[in-house]
Amino acid sequence: MIEGYVYPNEVELQWSILIVLYPYITGLVAGAFILASLERVFRVESVKPTYRLALLTALAFLLVAPLPLQLHLGHPERSLEMYLTPHTASAMAMFGFVYLWYLMAVLVLEIWLDYRKDIVRLAQTAAGPIRHVYRLMTLGSYDVSAAALRVDDRAGYVITLVGIPSAFLLHGYVGFIFGSVKANPWWSTPLMPIVFLFSAIVSGIATVMLLYMAVTRLRGRPIDMRCVDTIARYLFYAFIIDFSLEMLDLIHRIYEADESFHTLDFMVRTRLYFPHIVVQIVTGTLVPLVLLALTQLVKLAEGARRGTYATAGVLTLIGIFAMRWNVVIGGQLFSKSFLGYTTYKMQFATREGLLPAIALMILPFVILWVLVKLLPPWVDETAAERQAT
Amino acid sequence: MSHGLGHKGHLLRVAGLYAAGAAAFFVLKAFFVPAGFGAYGHYRAGAIDDSRTRPIAFAGRAACVECHSDVPQAAKGGPHQAIRCEACHGPLAGHAADPTEKNAVRPDPKVLCARCHAANVARPARFPQVDVAEHSGGESCTTCHAAHNPKEPPAAAPPQGQRGGTK
Amino acid sequence: MNPDRRDFLARSGKLLFLTGAAQIAFESVLRGEPEAAPNYRTTDHWWGMTIDVEKCIGCGNCVRACKEENDVPREPSCFRTWVERYHVPEGDIERPQVDSPNGGYDGFPERYRAGDGAKSFFVPKLCNHCAHSPCVQVCPVGATFESPDGVVLVDKKYCLGCRYCVQACPYGCRFIDPRTETVDKCSLCYHRITKGLTTACCEACPTDARVLGDLKNPKDPIHEFLRTHKVQVLKPQMATGSKAYYNGLDGSVR
Repeated sequence: MIEGYVYPNEVELQWSILIVLYPYITGLVAGAFILASLERVFRVESVKPTYRLALLTALAFLLVAPLPLQLHLGHPERSLEMYLTPHTASAMAMFGFVYLWYLMAVLVLEIWLDYRKDIVRLAQTAAGPIRHVYRLMTLGSYDVSAAALRVDDRAGYVITLVGIPSAFLLHGYVGFIFGSVKANPWWSTPLMPIVFLFSAIVSGIATVMLLYMAVTRLRGRPIDMRCVDTIARYLFYAFIIDFSLEMLDLIHRIYEADESFHTLDFMVRTRLYFPHIVVQIVTGTLVPLVLLALTQLVKLAEGARRGTYATAGVLTLIGIFAMRWNVVIGGQLFSKSFLGYTTYKMQFATREGLLPAIALMILPFVILWVLVKLLPPWVDETAAERQAT
Repeated sequence: MSHGLGHKGHLLRVAGLYAAGAAAFFVLKAFFVPAGFGAYGHYRAGAIDDSRTRPIAFAGRAACVECHSDVPQAAKGGPHQAIRCEACHGPLAGHAADPTEKNAVRPDPKVLCARCHAANVARPARFPQVDVAEHSGGESCTTCHAAHNPKEPPAAAPPQGQRGGTK
Repeated sequence: MNPDRRDFLARSGKLLFLTGAAQIAFESVLRGEPEAAPNYRTTDHWWGMTIDVEKCIGCGNCVRACKEENDVPREPSCFRTWVERYHVPEGDIERPQVDSPNGGYDGFPERYRAGDGAKSFFVPKLCNHCAHSPCVQVCPVGATFESPDGVVLVDKKYCLGCRYCVQACPYGCRFIDPRTETVDKCSLCYHRITKGLTTACCEACPTDARVLGDLKNPKDPIHEFLRTHKVQVLKPQMATGSKAYYNGLDGSVR
């Protein structure tokens, strides 16, 4: 269990799997949003079929993001203190406001503006009690004239424009929460926010890609290959940058070999070997990179491409989860004395155990299902198709 | 609805909603931020008083000497003269406040003395230390050493757990 | 009302009130409340501690005294202060063997032989009450702070239990108290030092290896100590402004 010498107060880990989940979830949010913004701001037409789905995915995950934190806190009933008396020197405190800004001033607003025409229509035509929900969402305004919709479009554009640096801030900040801790050499590096951000982009893009393929299949519709090909290409580019950054960090550490190096090196070779080398680097990064490179270099048939994308996507998500695990858990496995190691004893059905973690990973999909029912991303298509038949 | 605002009415509603939210937040803040927060720094001023509020367990030598003035006399000139009473006798603030009700318990020399004087490689070489079993042959340390001045032999009739105070 | 009667009533009322107040005040002294030391002004003091490694004998008195005085939980591994034993093989200060069995609470059973070519010594550890504390910096709500007299304290009524400060402390001196689910750590026996007593660990130390110091008091022996000894702080490269000054700190100490 304990190897070598750890300070007496370091025997038990402070941050559990829930704290691994948290950057994973906020990462998916940032990545999904950036994919959505590709269409809105950078006019990448081909990814339009995923635009609304990406936004709803981002919202579903963002709503779940605070939950692992609440479960982890010793006193969740005091969590409002972060908003009432935020310590401006603390990255964690300031993150509360970044989160609030991103949720309310970017994501919710952008979704509302993009869906407003449908919300107004549904407020007038929907059957049953759900109609009241739509009426509430209209905020009392039923103006969907061409002029008003132009206003919406313009406003949405501005919000997305502001939203891109906000998404960068959202997840870069989480990286800074770790990267600014000088006491922990595994975390303390200026590269941390950037590495976090690019792995967020990678995981977010992979999620939306997989969700789009799965949901389209479930709806019995044909998958827009031009769209998926484009997304996969962006995934590939983002992954190359992400991998380069992580390799840069690794090479730098090995080359400089400062006082913490031998303890970190030993940890990666032993306790962290499986999650770091096998899962994160080989299975979760190298294999997807090779698969995606294959699709860029060789002309594969549609079915083969879909299968390759799906495989690469799943492996990517596993790999990015492993990356969060290796940062959070890895950073606590070694002692700050640099002379010893402890173990993470993850429990199953306790407040911070595996079971709540699994539940929290399933919850965003449940919320997404509700959101898709409430605000269907493809309502125009189905209505048009209904008219055609 | 509000065509006078040029089709931006719905945006104004949103802005209004958000402004209301912000106002509610400031009201909440006024209610819930604890009194005295920020008086000395970014913390609740009352926390300093909270930290000072705690019962005392170790009374300190001055309190002991008030009644047990014979001990410093006995220890004078010996190697234990500077050691504070509770270092060996444990926390005795309760006893100092109420000597009759809360009796002090005499520590067992075989356990107590070894804590400091059992030979250990990591102890400074010039510090007096012995292999306890070899040195004492199983006897209690106070058979040969007076506890308060170990360079002296023990007093003729050491008190057996009775009141040692002079008041 | 008759002025004499009014006067009598006022005086007896005052007497009753004062007796009652005195009773309450006395009980508050026993309970150790701030009223007992009304003359303590935080701005008159700047607390630190000196630790003389050459004097520490690893008896563990300080660890036991601290647990008694501050009601530190025994389980799981929770220590406001602890003692480490170093065994440094000859010429290898980068790879010392270190142990701290139960924090030094029960002393140190012998495990090394004399004459094995290594040097051994004890190092007591505690919260360094840093002047530029990284733990204070990262607390999101202001539940840990440095008091005006230089003691880093925890507000247990305000702490969320997020554990960010535990991660940020380079010295490993913070822990979660399982009974309150908040952070806890050495408070430099704030309830004692504000009444003119010394800390429990210093009180119990038989060799005066640990001595509380008030840097703002010109008569405090800490000034002489700092002048005449080669002192170091732990992890100086972290620039924490640590106020725990060690004499005789070997290069192998972590």
